[in-house]
Amino acid sequence: MAVTHRPLLTKIALHLGLVPFLIFALFPFYHMALTSLKTDRELYDREAVPLLIRQGPTLEHYQKLLWDTGFLTWTKNSLLVTMLATTVSVIIGTIAAYALARLRFFGVNTFGTGIFVTYLVPTSLLFLPLAQVVHWLGLADSKWALVVTYPTFLVPFCTWLLMGYFRTVPKEVEECAMVDGATRLQALTRIVLPMAVPGLVCAVLFAFTLSWNEFIYALTFTSSSDEITASVGVTSELIRGDIYFWGGLMAGAMLASVPIVLLYVFFLDYYVSGLTAGAVK
Amino acid sequence: MAVGSVRVGSAVSRPGLRVREWLDHERFLGPAFVTPALVLIVLLVAYPFAMALYFATSNAFIGRPSHFIGIRNFVALWQSDSFRQTFQNAFVFTGASVALKLVLGITLALLLNQQLWFKRLIRGAVLLPWVIPTALSTLGWWWMFNSLYSVVNWSGIALGVMDPPGPNWLGQKYYAMTAVVTVNIWRGLPFFAITILAGLVSIPKELYEAAEADGAGPVARFWYVTLPMLKPVLAIVVLFSTIFTFSDFNIVYVLTHGGPINSTHLFATLARQVGLESGQIGQGAAISLYLFPVLVLVVWAQLKFVRRQVY
Repeated sequence: MAVTHRPLLTKIALHLGLVPFLIFALFPFYHMALTSLKTDRELYDREAVPLLIRQGPTLEHYQKLLWDTGFLTWTKNSLLVTMLATTVSVIIGTIAAYALARLRFFGVNTFGTGIFVTYLVPTSLLFLPLAQVVHWLGLADSKWALVVTYPTFLVPFCTWLLMGYFRTVPKEVEECAMVDGATRLQALTRIVLPMAVPGLVCAVLFAFTLSWNEFIYALTFTSSSDEITASVGVTSELIRGDIYFWGGLMAGAMLASVPIVLLYVFFLDYYVSGLTAGAVK
Repeated sequence: MAVGSVRVGSAVSRPGLRVREWLDHERFLGPAFVTPALVLIVLLVAYPFAMALYFATSNAFIGRPSHFIGIRNFVALWQSDSFRQTFQNAFVFTGASVALKLVLGITLALLLNQQLWFKRLIRGAVLLPWVIPTALSTLGWWWMFNSLYSVVNWSGIALGVMDPPGPNWLGQKYYAMTAVVTVNIWRGLPFFAITILAGLVSIPKELYEAAEADGAGPVARFWYVTLPMLKPVLAIVVLFSTIFTFSDFNIVYVLTHGGPINSTHLFATLARQVGLESGQIGQGAAISLYLFPVLVLVVWAQLKFVRRQVY
């Protein structure tokens, strides 16, 4: 009896060991969702239990957020910037990664190291001089400044990620195609890219996530309500002078995370593999 | 369809054909393919970096002509209390966060590596803090640490581990540092756990079987098989995390703005405050440049120890 029960007990103990980690990871989201759905009366009642909704959920904070603030504009800006920056970066990253993974030419190794170094440069190192460059380009306080600057961290990332995937495509397949008369470009577009689709999906997902989540450039290069992105709008414009803004603030934080959560739910496995490919490979 | 379009393409443009043959040579195609990335890096990374060096050695001020002043910005920084405090904070913050993320990350990865129910769901939950925009999730933590309505304190008091009213998390020096470190761990732990998990999975089972046959218990197996085999992965994770924790901006900016009295300022947040909010771009750039030695160190270590194994 004891022998058959032991694995089950161990298994239960293992799951119990995970519980603190899961609470740590998820509780902030639970609390944010809860706060965004509470009435102000319950929210600021110091006798109330903060872990539950007792006086009925309300969508009042969400309604105010959508109709009385610039939230929809900020989200539109975020979508525009993210989609453009992602598209441009994945294209530039794809061809650069192919060159680094497959072609031999003057300076290829130096360039590879350069990409790797750029990949590690934190955005907070260069935001001050970049603000000046943005100003010279005539893009001060414009969302286009973000479209231009986001590729500086997206391209090295995509290149690095895709290089790993391209290396896994056997050289022979490509060589076969070229022996049969395909040019290099055809070999790339018809053979290598289709075989590296999981890598491309990964690159798009991560580029999208990284630019949607970017904060310091958006905060520095844009400021007027028509140009800012969702995370800047929520963190800077929803905080009012009085203290009764928490419901709306949490509603904003929840809604502005929705696009990423949707991608995440549908492509979880890609996130896991991309995360590990970036570092382990 | 495809065949037709190819034929049309080659029939129409004879010179185009020559370009295509040209592009078939690696010597030309390679540089052509890396040019867009190269232009981008030179214009928007290398050039701003040169500007950062110039700013840092000048008395640049927003909207005013500037002059070269040598290392005077750096001297001035070392004479200011806020900078010396920031310098210390950066090391405390990075050291505490990375160490705790490493220990917790290994623990979590070992747990995730077992046979679990709802494996995918658990993994998804564990990774979630890492994908949500940090600035927004930190707002949630800001509310959780609120001085009047803190749910952390409410729970602590309810469980009997805190005396009412509980600590004023963001208003007291050491508590504020604890708070920003906690949020950094919360946000960075998934990266550690998932990457270390990938490292665990790749350790050959035979090693464990051999160790078990030699009479090694679970602790000995962890110490003499798991840890040595994980070393390369741990090195990468720690190096990556060090540079990105050291240069963190979002968490401190949203949670404490560097306060109370500079006790949580990091280089990035102080650089913004000095460089933009008070307009001294020169000094702000000098503060940002303190991130550079750490970057160099990490890059050097990566190139020397880690990438050698890749090629």
